[in-house]
Amino acid sequence: MTPLKISIAATIVSVGLVLVVFELIRSRRLRERYALLWLATGIVLVVLSAWRGGLNTIAGWFGVSGYPPAVLFAVGLLFVIAVLLHYSTVISKLSDENTTLAQRLALLEAKLRDPD
Amino acid sequence: MSTETLSAPPAEAAPLADVRRVAIVPAYNEERNIVRVLAELRALDPGLEVVVVSDGSTDRTADIAREAGAHVVRLPFNLGIGGAVQTGFRFAWEEGYELAVRLDGDGQHDPSQLPLVAAPVVAGEADICVGSRFLGNGAYRSSAARRVGIRLLARVVSTIARQRLTDTTSGFQALNRRGIALYAADLPRDYPEVEGIVMAVRNHLRVCEVPVTMREREHGRSSIGAVASIYYMVKVMLAIFVDLFRRRLPMPEDP
Repeated sequence: MTPLKISIAATIVSVGLVLVVFELIRSRRLRERYALLWLATGIVLVVLSAWRGGLNTIAGWFGVSGYPPAVLFAVGLLFVIAVLLHYSTVISKLSDENTTLAQRLALLEAKLRDPD
Repeated sequence: MSTETLSAPPAEAAPLADVRRVAIVPAYNEERNIVRVLAELRALDPGLEVVVVSDGSTDRTADIAREAGAHVVRLPFNLGIGGAVQTGFRFAWEEGYELAVRLDGDGQHDPSQLPLVAAPVVAGEADICVGSRFLGNGAYRSSAARRVGIRLLARVVSTIARQRLTDTTSGFQALNRRGIALYAADLPRDYPEVEGIVMAVRNHLRVCEVPVTMREREHGRSSIGAVASIYYMVKVMLAIFVDLFRRRLPMPEDP
């Protein structure tokens, strides 16, 4: 069984994550579109942290017999990898768009400097 | 596609209003539909300026629209419908237009119904008026899943707005200067309509609906698929929920 102290600590941290993400959306520092994965991460972690029976069951499925909270690490890590991968695609797109913007701006500037 | 339609005499053309007015037409690769829309707008009200926002189109949408006499704003890459429409509202705001109507470049919104949509705004009864597919007896065909989604969103928004709204995903809209100001200042980049209506209500703008019927697309198909629909629902619901915890935006100054 997951030690109660670990369960409580993990729950507090996960709830904290959800609240921080929520506040970032509310204050418009994080767009909904990029917040969805973070929210999913937070909510799944809250559930697994607080619901010790569930964590034990899932640990059982994967043959983790000694230390159920290890599943918490694994799930957290999985979500972090997903978020990072998502951000890598976002950065790639931003970088392409940035190149296009710079080119358009330079062409516009050239046109303004010597018309026709 | 004939030149006759383009130069058709404005037979029963009655101006939408006596104020400076603009039609905002977002278009993504609509070279086959845009001509008809622009011709119909011209025939409806020759005094109505048109700005076509080409949202990173890779076809001749922008050239064709320019040849048809519209103002054309070419976005350097695809911003999504919200980003495109907001570009139009920024144009309308900066150029000092008093009335803006918004309709899609794919021809689904029938320009001949614009006077209906604009009337409450012109009469000063509303700041934003939306053409609804579900008011009255307009037959709107779509997949069952999408209709359920649209109904669900309408239910949620109606609760927040404390007024009955039936079609919060409609992009067939007319707005006065206050409405233009709001959307020029802030509009989500993708799928902006639902959040836009919530923002309007929360900023004490008067929103109303009138019944319209939608036409079938002539060419091409809609840009929203199944996965996108689910993302759309989740994102919009989240946005509506979070917005309840925001204070309202200050109005921008007139330029």
